[in-house]
Parts: sequence; structure tokens; C-alpha cells
Amino acid sequence: MSGKWRMLTLIGAPYLWLLLFFLAPFVIVLKIALSDTAISIPPYTPQFDLSGGWPAISDFFSNLDFENFKWLIDDSLYINSYISSLTIAFFSTLLALLVGFPFAYAMARAPDNWRPLLLMLVILPFWTSFLIRVYSWIGILKTEGLLNQLLMWLGIIDQPLIIMNTNTAVYIGIVYSYLPFMILPIYSTLEKMDESLLEAAIDLGCNRISAFWLVTVPLALPGIIAGCFLVFIPAVGEFVIPDLLGGTQTLMIGKTLWKEFFSNRDWPVASAVAIVLLLLLVVPILIFQRLLERQQEAEAR
Amino acid sequence: MRRFTWFNATSLTFGFAFLYLPILLLIIYSFNESKLVTVWGGFSTKWYGELMRNEAMLDAAWVTLRVAFFSASLAAVLGTMAALVLVRAGRFKGRTLFSGMVYAPLVMPEVITGLSLLLLFISLNLDRGMLTVTLAHTTFSMCYVAVVVSSRLVTFDRSLEEAALDLGASPLDAFFSVTLPIIAPAVVAGWLLAFTLSLDDLVIASFNTGPGATTLPIKIYSAVRLGVSPEINALSTILIAVVSLGVIVASLADKRLAKSRGNQAQ
Repeated sequence: MSGKWRMLTLIGAPYLWLLLFFLAPFVIVLKIALSDTAISIPPYTPQFDLSGGWPAISDFFSNLDFENFKWLIDDSLYINSYISSLTIAFFSTLLALLVGFPFAYAMARAPDNWRPLLLMLVILPFWTSFLIRVYSWIGILKTEGLLNQLLMWLGIIDQPLIIMNTNTAVYIGIVYSYLPFMILPIYSTLEKMDESLLEAAIDLGCNRISAFWLVTVPLALPGIIAGCFLVFIPAVGEFVIPDLLGGTQTLMIGKTLWKEFFSNRDWPVASAVAIVLLLLLVVPILIFQRLLERQQEAEAR
Repeated sequence: MRRFTWFNATSLTFGFAFLYLPILLLIIYSFNESKLVTVWGGFSTKWYGELMRNEAMLDAAWVTLRVAFFSASLAAVLGTMAALVLVRAGRFKGRTLFSGMVYAPLVMPEVITGLSLLLLFISLNLDRGMLTVTLAHTTFSMCYVAVVVSSRLVTFDRSLEEAALDLGASPLDAFFSVTLPIIAPAVVAGWLLAFTLSLDDLVIASFNTGPGATTLPIKIYSAVRLGVSPEINALSTILIAVVSLGVIVASLADKRLAKSRGNQAQ
């Protein structure tokens, strides 16, 4: 096998796989988003049929329209779902940063021989099932759950708090589930930081707090940004957390899409919901990807 | 000078308590005698026994393990190839699209991936079942493998491979006898990650599964929707134990490997 052919196989196999199973599906989603709902199997019309020749193909295209997207604008359920998904994801990301940064900072400051263990303890929950970790909060947060039992036993409250099936539970769930994604990139930037820079800042008259803001935070910024994207993007489309911990009034777009697909069996509307979600996320995803590439180039140097 | 203050110690303590207490409570309450999950009724392992007699659960576990094994293995191969392309292939036409397709699935909301793959399988006339779930899992987990392996590849000393080539090895020989043994820990880590991701996945599997291919997460999800049950606690405990053991063994093996390499180099 000549070098050129070898290279072509190496590039070709994963390339074709991703084209077929990652990119092509989006084209199909777009096509179905432009189709009409129908009571048939599969439940949409028109069907693409090459055997009908050119008239059938042009007929197919003339039957596509933006009706489902108009429907998304007209029905406030969808707009509210998008807005509330973005809001919940934004504030969860902020909360995760507030919890994750001091944690990553403390990890980076821990004695050298502790750090591999600390790192593994942060990664370990990420390996255990997401579903199980979300589930574990139900027993804690529900009205007769462990948190309320504890607080009432301590005498802090005398009425159980209603947390389960509210947005508060969703925030807790998202921060809990995605926290390792925030901690790890921040930790890896802080760990590489040159301590002498801080000493230099202090020698030059900074106090510890301003040295932190002027030196540590800017140096950790790539990690902070990467962590925020890693939490924000998947949180926007989250389904399991709002479904299990949130209540009926918790609107998130992942849940709306799921309902549209599984309960209403309205595939064209579900597809339109997916397309709009993708459009909302395409800019953050592109920024995230540029960040990863730049990081990899920096490592290779 | 690193300073480890009381502030740092506090944030680590609270952080780890937050990360581990829910899991710990879940494990403790799996040994609860009482059917009422949040009321302690004494120590018992009866829920584990109950679980072992639950045929439907065991079937689901078997389906899940097979799907995870096949998708992780396929993903390890494809992901390693993708990593080699990203790190080694240099610039070629369509590179930007390629790296986009490798990185995007890492953050893509699962509902979108699940829905779009399902619509693909339907237009390809593939019956939904174990095969479609396996293909779906391979697709997103190969991207994780690619990231893990490529981070190892960028630190890899290429001169070793060049030496092998100079000594007359064919490029394929050089890859299998020099490159692969060195990146093997990363490939194994990638395989493990792909395996657990597949074991874990509810959303993508729900879209792409069919009759007879109910996976464990789908089973757990339908049980959890009805509320907390001690049997699910027991099942979760088993899963957590298996995965933790796997991760710990893998990281110890990696450390030992690195140590023996270090000794050889001296």
C-alpha cells in the first residue's frame, strides 16, 4: 500500500463515519422540520422517493415549507422553553463557576503528593452514571427527604422546604452534575501557573487580593472560559435533570422536544425545535471548538 | 511558594462533601430494610436479592453490557484513527470540517444527537434495536476517544517512530510496534470512557432503541419516574462499585506502567 493510499484510508474511515452518522442526520432533521405531520409510519409527509423521477422530486421540494417554524413562533410554549433553558443554563453556569473556582484553586494549591488523588476524586463521579447521580438527589430533596429531616431535626426550620419539583432542584442538579467539567479545565490552567509571577506582583506592591485579580484570574481565563462552555452548552439542551428534579412548571427545551417526540409523536415539530436549538448553540459550539484547537496547538509546541 | 490555607482546606472539604454525599447516602439506603426509602428500618441486603430475581432487569443489563462492549471497541479504533488524523495528518482539504465533527459531539445536547440519528436510521430503513443503539453510541464516544488519545499523541516523541522507519520497518509495522504500545494507556482509557458513556446513556438510547433492546438506563428511568425505590438504590450501588473499581484499577495499572517505563529509561 503506497503512502498516499494509507493516508487516505486513515483519514477516510473516521471521516466517512462522522459524515454519515453525525452530519447527514442534521440534513434529514432539517428536511423533516420542513415536512408536515401525518398519521402514518413514519409520521410525516412528503416522503422522499427517487423512483418517481424528476416530477416526484420537484413535487417533494414544493411540499416543504416553514409552517413548523411559524408554529414555534406562534405558540408561546416554545419561546418560553427556549428563554427559560437559556436562563437556567446561564445561572447554573455562573453557580458552577462560583463553586468550582475555589475548589480548583484549592486543588492547585494542595501539596504535590495529594494532587493525583484529588484529581481522581473529581473525575470519579464523572464516570458514575449521570442518571444515578441525578436520581440520588430525589431522596435528599423531596418533602419528606433527608435534607428536610436534617434541617427539622436541627431545628432550623419547622416546616419542610419544598425544593423537589421546582427550578431550585434543577439548578442544584445541573451544578452537581456538571461541576467536574468546570473544575478540571480551571485546575489545569491554575496548576501550570508560575508562582513567581504572584511573588513578583507582591514585590511590586500588590496586596494578595489585587494580585489574585490581576495575575491569577487572567491566567486562569482560558480554563474558566472552557469550563463555562462545557457546562453551558449541554445544560441548555438538558433533559434528564428538568424531567426528574423539575416540576410541571419547569420549562426546558430538551424536555419540550422529548414530549413533542414521544408523547405527541409530532416528529416535524420536534425536528423544528431541534433545528432552532442547534442554531442557538452553533455560535457557542464554534467558539468552544476554536478554543480546543488553539489549546491543542499550544500543547504541541 | 504554595500556600495551603484554611480557606483552601474548607473549599476542598465542602466541594468533596457536595460531590460525594448524595452518592454515599444512596449507597447507605440501598441496605435499608424498609420499603420507605428515606426512613431507616435496619440493615438488610434483601433488595440485592430481589434484584437478582428480577429477570427483566438482568436482561436489560445483558443488553447494555453487549452494546457497551461493541460500541466501545469500535469507538476505540475509529477514535484512535481520528486522533492520528488530527495530530499527524497536517493540513488537508476538509480538515476544519473534520475537527468540527470530532469536537461538536462532545457538547451537542443529547436530545439533538438522539433525534437526528433516529431519523437517519429510519430513512436508511434500519430496524431499531441493538444495532442502531450500538452505532449511535459508537458515534459520540469515538469523539471522546479521539480527544483522550490525541492529548497523548501531541506529547509523543516522533523521533522514535522515525528511528523505526530508518531501521527498515514499514509504516504499519512502525505504528504497531512503536506508536501503539506507547499510546496504549490512552487508548485503553478511551475505551473505558466509551464503555461507561455507553453504560450511562439514557437519552440517545431511548430514541434509537427498539423492541427487545431495552437498556439498563431506560429501565432505571422508567422505574425512577415512579419514585425512589430501594431496588434501584441497590442496582445503582452495584453499578457505582463496578465503575469505581474499573477506574481505580485502570489508573493504578497506568501508574505502574509509567513507573516501569521510568525504570527502564534510567
